[in-house]
Formats: sequence, C-alpha cells, structure tokens
Amino acid sequence: MEQRPSAFLQTVLFSGIALLYLPILVLIAYSFNASPLVNVWSGFSTRWYTALLHNRQMLESALLSLEVAVAASTGAVILGTLASVALVRFARFRGRLLLTGMVNAPLVMPEIITGITQLLLFVSMVQLIGWPHRGFTTIVISHITFCTAYVTVTVQSRLAAADRSLEEAAMDLGASPARAFMEVTLPIIAPAIISSWLLCFTLSLDDLVISSFVAGPGASTLPMVIYSKVKLGVSPDVNALASVIVCAVGACVLAAGYLMVRSDRRRALEMQLAAKGG
Amino acid sequence: MKPNWRPGRWLIILPPLIFLLVFFLIPFAFAFKISFAEAIPHVPPFSDVISFTPDHHLQLAIHFGNYKYLLTDEVYGVAYLYSLRTAFFSTLICLAIGYPMAYAIARSPKSSQNLLLLIIMLPFWTSFLLRVYALEGIIRDNGFLNTLLLHAGVIQQPLHIMHTGVAVYIGIIYSYLPFMVLPLFATLEKLDPTLLEAAGDLGSTPPRAFLDVTLPLSIPGVIAGSMLVFIPAVGEFVIPSLLGGPNNLMIGRVLWDEFFGNHDWPVAAAVAIAFLLLLAGPIALYQYYNVRQIEG
Repeated sequence: MEQRPSAFLQTVLFSGIALLYLPILVLIAYSFNASPLVNVWSGFSTRWYTALLHNRQMLESALLSLEVAVAASTGAVILGTLASVALVRFARFRGRLLLTGMVNAPLVMPEIITGITQLLLFVSMVQLIGWPHRGFTTIVISHITFCTAYVTVTVQSRLAAADRSLEEAAMDLGASPARAFMEVTLPIIAPAIISSWLLCFTLSLDDLVISSFVAGPGASTLPMVIYSKVKLGVSPDVNALASVIVCAVGACVLAAGYLMVRSDRRRALEMQLAAKGG
Repeated sequence: MKPNWRPGRWLIILPPLIFLLVFFLIPFAFAFKISFAEAIPHVPPFSDVISFTPDHHLQLAIHFGNYKYLLTDEVYGVAYLYSLRTAFFSTLICLAIGYPMAYAIARSPKSSQNLLLLIIMLPFWTSFLLRVYALEGIIRDNGFLNTLLLHAGVIQQPLHIMHTGVAVYIGIIYSYLPFMVLPLFATLEKLDPTLLEAAGDLGSTPPRAFLDVTLPLSIPGVIAGSMLVFIPAVGEFVIPSLLGGPNNLMIGRVLWDEFFGNHDWPVAAAVAIAFLLLLAGPIALYQYYNVRQIEG
C-alpha cells in the first residue's frame, strides 16, 4: 500500500511517537538537575552521575546483571537458532507442534506466572537432585527461557526468507549438509543472530519480575535494586542511572536495527547484481 | 538433491525442545502439584503432596484448601475482575491509538517504514521498569503535565493522577502501545492496494472502502495485537505497583504480595494456576492466529 498517509494519520502517528518518547526525555533532563528535590530546578549538574560511581550496592548488582545478561543471551542465541532451524527446515518431526507452542508461549505468558512456576520447579529440583541453588544459575536459566522465544521468532523469519538453493548448490558441489549450513546459510542469518543477541541482552538486563522470584535471598540484580529504591519515591540517582541505561540500551538496539537493515540492503544489491550478471 | 539432515536432526531438535520442556512446561506441573499442598513453616514452605510411606506405598496428601480460599476470600474475585476490566479497556484504547499509527506507517513510503518501526520499537526495548518510572515524572502532582497545564492556565489545581486507576491505564497504554502497532502494521502492509482502487471504481467513498475492505482484512492483526496487549496487561505487576494506589489491586500484585508478603507459596501457586486457566482462551486464540500467520 503506497499512497501518502493523510494529514490525520500523520498527526496521530507523530503524536503517538512523541508520547512514547516524552517521559524518557523528561527523565534525562531531571537527571541533570542539581537539586535533590524533583520539582525545583536549581541548575545543571552531574553530581548524581558521580554519586552513582560511589554506590557499591548498585555497582555490584549492575555487575551481576551484566554477567547474567551475557550468559543468558549467549545461551538463548544457541538454543533459539537451533529451534528455528528445526522449525523452518524440518517440515515434520515428532514434537514440532509442542516446540512451536513452547517457543511462542513465553512471549505472551505473564511474567509473574513464569516466575512463580519456575521458582517452584527449582525448589523441587533442589529437593530431588540437589541442584540448582538459587542465585546466578537460576536467574540465567529463567532468562534463557524467555529470551529463546525472541531469538527463535527473529531468526526463524530470516531463515525462512533465506534462499534454499544456495545451500543446495553447495551440497551439489560436495559439501555435507552441516558444512553447507555453516558456510552458506549461517553467514546469511548472522545479522539476525547478532541482533537477537543484543535484544536478549537488553531484555535480560531489564527483567524484574522473573528475577525477583528465582533469585533467592542472596542475589539482587540491578532492576531489583532499582525497584526497591523507586518504590520509595522518585530519587535523583535513579534518574541518572536510568539515563545511562536508556542511552546504552538505545545504542544497542540501534546497532541491532542497523545490522538488520544493512544486511537487507546488501542482499537486495547482491540479488540485483546477480540478476544482471546472469 | 534433497538435503539429508536425518542423522544430525535430533541433535538440532532436542536441545531447545528438552530445555523448554524442562524449564518452561514442566514448571507448570510442579506449580499445579504445589497448589494442592499446605503451607508449613519449613524450607521449602509447603507440605509434600506426593510421598512414599516407609513400606514404599505411594501416598497422596491432596489439600483443596487453597482453591476453597480463592473462592471464599473476596480479594481474589475482585482482583481478577479488576485486572480483566483494566486490561480490556486498555486494549481498546491501544487499538484506537495504534490502528491509525500502523495505518500511517503502512501508507508511508517503503524507504521510511523501517525507520518508523524502529522508532516505535526502541522504547519497548529500553527498560520497561525505567519507562514506568519515567512516567511518574510526567503525571505526578508536581510533574511535567501539571506544571505545563498550570502555567498555561488550563487548570487551577494540579490534577491528581498518581496512585489512581487512571495512572494504571496510562501506564499500560504507554508501555504496551508498540505491541499493538507491530502486528497491525504487518497485516496492513500486506494489503493489496488494488482492492481499494477497485472499491473506489465501484463507487465506494474512501471511508466506506475502509470499512468494507481494509478493516475486515486487518482482523488477524487486530486480534494478534489485542492479545499481545491484553494477556500481559492482565498479569501486569510493575505498573499497578508503582503507579496505582492501594485500591488498584490487580491479580499480579495480589500474587506478588501472597508470595513475598505472606510467604504462602501454595496459595500463590493456586492463584497462578487459576489465573492461567483464565488466560488459556486468549493464549490459545493468539497461538492460533500466530501459527496461521507464520505458516502463511
């Protein structure tokens, strides 16, 4: 459908976008307020950013969150890529419907249900086999579960669009299916894999509800620390922290988006060249 | 030549299948079991439902008290209904705002569509918790909105929005709007423009053509988007907890309090199971449309 959107549609679109961004921009502005009172502007200052660097509790929880995010997104990318290969390439296998369902359900399942059921599983597992103890391991497992869903959805659509005949050509030339996949298809879906890693990283870094259930008494991730502070009201150092996170995550997402768009363009260009050359 | 994946097939299928089975599906079975247990002051804080007697007989100690409690204590019924109502109206408002946004993107030139989608999705990927918190800076009594309106002379007294039901609505709509726009865009984009031209040639006015052609064809997107907003919104915890007041008891919040406040794990498990049964219909509907869309 390519007609110009009407003035009405454009107004709704741009006011919608403005509303999505306004709170974030106001928050960033407040983070540079010298006054600890949220309703008084007493000049530009970066004191809340320096205060962050001296907050041990926040730094420790930030470190834990980063470690969890790296481990969880790496695990999720591996499992999610395998799942999407299975769903796209193997038309029929036992458990296909089950896998489809389990890959899509975490996307809509309320976090609070996932959190409590997973905690009950972990606790029961400890009773039965003495593993896993609550903390880093359980948080990573839970995050892998919901991140795998996002990876599968992203990689699946890219894999379905990838040209099958290239892989078949490689196999005609003597490559084994595994080798053909690694050398031909993997580079094609690599941008989707990298961008879904980045997206999982941000999702894991952000999770509050599931982590609160499965973390156990010892471990606190960054969102858990932020939540307990925010619950007490607006605080200027959270404003500063939030601005840092929003900008860092925004950069990650833009990088992911850029990778996807660039690879689309390059592929379109290669197709054109191939068509001309042939 | 047909690619021959056979030998390695299960090496690819099994890891994600087993992982999700063990850590996503089986937990529901454990929650189901524990919802029939009794809370006891012990680690972990619930009684054994299935156990073996010393002479190796299977023993079941099923306790229906938790479900009876859900039915008799008013809090749960009220919270379920309040959650459903809040999620329903938030979904309708998201649809009313999201539909024109998605339609506008679908009608924009192809070159700017990706950029617009990225702009819409960017807030979704940046911390949910922090965005809800950021909203507080806008709607609190001395926040951005009230300051603006007071200065403009529109109001004399600051609007009291924080810690009310209105704040919960604003929070849900603000947080879940991108989920509505995306699937709507996906269906509207596929719409064949010649259909609209044909309707026009046959004498339809543009509004009429919209109602007769565009709207019916976009129903799958409407349903997918609505489910993506409705289902998580029913279970929302962060928004009612940070923006709502003590009266805005949504089921997610009740579950959280039961668990972290009262330490009653079996009742919390029963709430979760009852909640899941309530959502089974919408989740099945979403899965159905989703699978149809993926498989074409």
